Order: sequence, then structure tokens, then C-alpha cells
Amino acid sequence: MSPLLFWPFALLMLMFGVAVVINRNPVASALSLVVSFLGLAALFMSLDAYFIGIIQVLVYAGAVMVLFLFIIMLLDLRAEEGRQVNWLALIGGIAVALALLAQILYVIHNLKSAHQAFPPLARSTFDDVRNVGLLLFGSYNLPFQIIGVLVLVATIGVVLLSRREPR
Amino acid sequence: MDYFLITTSLLKIAAILFLVILPMVSYSVYAERRVSAFIQDRRGPNRVGPAGLFQPIADMFKLLLKEDFTPANVNTFYYWLAPCLAMMPAIITIAVVPFGSTLFGVPMVIADINVGILYVFAIASLGVYGIVLAGWASNSKYPFLGGVRSSSQMISYELSLGLAVIPIFLLVGNLRLTSVVRYQIEHGWMIAPFVGDWLNPWKWLLAFPMIISFVVFAIAIFAETNRLPFDLPEAEQELAGGYHTEYSSMKFALFFLGEYAAMITGSAVIVTLFFGGWHLPLPSWHGGFHWALVDGSAPGWRGVVGGLFNIATFFAKVAVLLFFFIWVRFTLPRFRYDQLMRLGWLFFFEIALVNIFIAAIILAYVPS
Repeated sequence: MSPLLFWPFALLMLMFGVAVVINRNPVASALSLVVSFLGLAALFMSLDAYFIGIIQVLVYAGAVMVLFLFIIMLLDLRAEEGRQVNWLALIGGIAVALALLAQILYVIHNLKSAHQAFPPLARSTFDDVRNVGLLLFGSYNLPFQIIGVLVLVATIGVVLLSRREPR
Repeated sequence: MDYFLITTSLLKIAAILFLVILPMVSYSVYAERRVSAFIQDRRGPNRVGPAGLFQPIADMFKLLLKEDFTPANVNTFYYWLAPCLAMMPAIITIAVVPFGSTLFGVPMVIADINVGILYVFAIASLGVYGIVLAGWASNSKYPFLGGVRSSSQMISYELSLGLAVIPIFLLVGNLRLTSVVRYQIEHGWMIAPFVGDWLNPWKWLLAFPMIISFVVFAIAIFAETNRLPFDLPEAEQELAGGYHTEYSSMKFALFFLGEYAAMITGSAVIVTLFFGGWHLPLPSWHGGFHWALVDGSAPGWRGVVGGLFNIATFFAKVAVLLFFFIWVRFTLPRFRYDQLMRLGWLFFFEIALVNIFIAAIILAYVPS
């Protein structure tokens, strides 16, 4: 895909990422996060990683954020909207974010592979679904299965916690 | 820049949207009213034009010219945003569905991406935002209940929707929708093994998981598009219209359009996955009986006629499924909400899961 499309989507993603933090209304924040995810998915697709991009939309924008919104809508939003800005916390947060940015820049600067230009993909239409599948079920089969067991345990835990005690 | 690709894509988008989807939406509303009248032994709309055929145009003017009323206590921005969000996903989903073979050498699919079916699910799962936001922004209890019902219903049925199609992709080997159509042209339609090489017994065995997939998928599409027997989010009798209770004129019409566009897209996906897409085999007796393939690859006017024939075939199949949607709506009663959730989680989810195993076991023994 054209690098021309990188800038609008990156800008979209960052703008709505900022909007998540700035918005006082939690519903607005959640929806900004959805738009930010869509921008991220578009960036993945501009790297020809269609599978990852679509999964980003399917899982995060389509399922996780719907549940977030679902919970937020059941809360009382007026209390959140009227809250005062805590300046000390704001300055502290910005300082931590800047420190993280400085560390990331330092690491990238010292990384050798970050300074070389990578050649374009040999074929832009390779089957990324097959490649991801082969990697997951071949080289990374054991971690994949362990994650499966972990998710199963989490599911059982949720069922146990949300179950009402029989009277 | 590939100007040819961009121009043809824009032409295809404009043609499919303004010549096919929007007229089809308005005439499926008309068909719904006529068919329901026929089923209930009434006359239905028959005054505007011959047999009431201009009724959709009159409806359109009515919806456009009505007062666009915004209630005082709504959250205005989201109240305006919600109808657009309800309408858009249904329309963009159609981009990956191949609606014809080729016309003048141009493939009749807007975007042939290698994750076609996942794209359909991803965009369709965004459709819930319009409904949830409409319910929340209306700031009124019935729409809110409708929105909450809708989001939990759509999340529940997306699971069976996604699991139901896995057997097909086990069979076809990739997620591209054009390959699914190509596979069905070579091996016969998924749920109709008599098309194609019908003497192969493995194909008849594989038809069992395919038919189970089809039933689960079709029912989940009914739930995804909020159609009866799963129209709990709008349920006129208990929620007074659900999430669009507070909407009037064109904003209401956008919800309406979105619902019907989602129905058309759902039918188009079902046709592509299970009914061979644009493929219609014609029996031929030239040198013994076989199925002749008509598509747009022939030279000259034959190719053009073939391409148009494929497009007509595809939308004829979609129209038959739309009729089925309407038929079901006026035949079955509505489920209760707990029944709906139990059906989704305890019944269809398990059936779809077991079905994957059945298909995988059969495929493991098929001699290739």
C-alpha cells in the first residue's frame, strides 16, 4: 500500500488516542479508543498484514470495546463528568510518559537494525493467514496450548465468581 | 498508482450501491409488506402505481419530508451519530462478496482480500455500535433496554456465526471468498452435492457437516440482523420499538435501511458460502451429459452476456433468500429473551463446535 496513506491513519490513531485520555465522558473515551483501533488496523493493512489488521478490528473494536461500552453505559456518568482535574497527577502522568518516550527513543537509537532500510517484501500478496497458522500450530504449539489452558482457567474462574449461591 | 484499478473499483462501488443495494432495500421493504399481506390474507400496499410498485418512492418522500424531531433530553451528538453507524457496516461488508464472475475482463468483486470472511465478521461486529449508541443516547428506558439486549444478542451469536463457517474453510483451504466460489464451481455447491461431480461418495458425506453449518449460520444471521424470531431489541409489543423509539423521519429511515441492508449482506454471504455464489450450472448435452459453466471469460458479446447473467444469478439467489427471511418473519412467533440466550450459548455454539470435528474427521479420511 502507498506510504501516502500511512500519515492520515497514523494521525487518526494518535488523535483519537489523545482523545481517549482527554475526554471526560467515558462513552466518548471508549468510542475514541475504537476509532484509534481502526486506525491501527489500517496501519497493519498498509504493511500487507491483513490478518492481523482484521483480527484487531474483530477482537478489539468489535468484541472487547462493545463489552466496555456495555459496562460504561450501566454506570452513573454524571459523577465522572463533574470531577476536577488533579494537576499534580496530571503533571506526574506527563512526566512518566515523557520518560517512557525518552527510553524508547534511546533504545531505538542504539538498535542496529533500526538504522538499516529493509527491502520491500518479495511478494506483497503472501498468505499471512497460513503463515500465522503454521507458526502457531508448529513452532509455538506448546505456548499456544498453555495459553488455551490459561484462558480456560480464567473462564471457569469467571463462571465461579458470577454464580449465585443456591439458597 | 494504478488508475485502472481505482477507476473500476469506484465504478463498481457506485454501481453496487446505487443500482443494486439501495433499490433492493426499498423493494425488499415493499416485498415484505406485500408478502406479509399475502400470508395474513390482506391486500397490502397496492395503490401507488401498478400493483403498488411505486410505493417505495412514496415512502422515501414521506420519510424525507417528515419533521426531523430531536427530543430535548437526548445526548445530541451520539443521537445523530448512531443512525450513521447502524447503516454503514451493512453496506461496507458487501465489498468483499464476489457478486459476479467478470465483466469486460474486470472481476466483479470490489476488494478480493485474502481474509474475506474475517472482514465480513469484523465489519458486521461494528454494526452493534449504532444500536447500542442509539439506545444509550436516546436517554429513555425502552430504547436503552433495546440497546442492551441487542449488544448481548449480537455478541452471543457472533460466536456461532464464526464457528459455523470453519468447516467450509477446512474444505476450501483459505479464507478468500472468491476461492470459496471457485471451489464450488469445481466441486459443486456446498449444500447441493448433486451439482458438479455427483458420483463422488465423499462429497455426499461432506454434505452433512455443510448442511449443519448452513442451518447454524442462517439462524445466526437471523439473530445478527435482529429479524424475527430474534427481533428482541425492537420487539414492538414490549419495548415500543426498542432502540429507535425516539427517532423520526430520515434518522429512523437510516436504521430501517441499515436493517434491510444487513439482511441483504447476510443473504449475499450465505449465497456465496453455501449456494455457489454467482455460479449457475446449465445442463449441456454436447458430447454426453455434463454441466456447462457460463461466465464472463468468453470473447465478445458472449462474455458480456455471460457476465451479466452471473450478476443476475447472484442477485436472484439473494432475492430468494430475502423472501425466505420475510416468510420466516410472518410464520414464527418471537422467542423469549432467556430462550434466545440459552439457544445461542447452549445449543448453536455446541453444534457448531461438534460440526467442526465432524468435518475435520471426514476430511482426514478423504482420499485426495
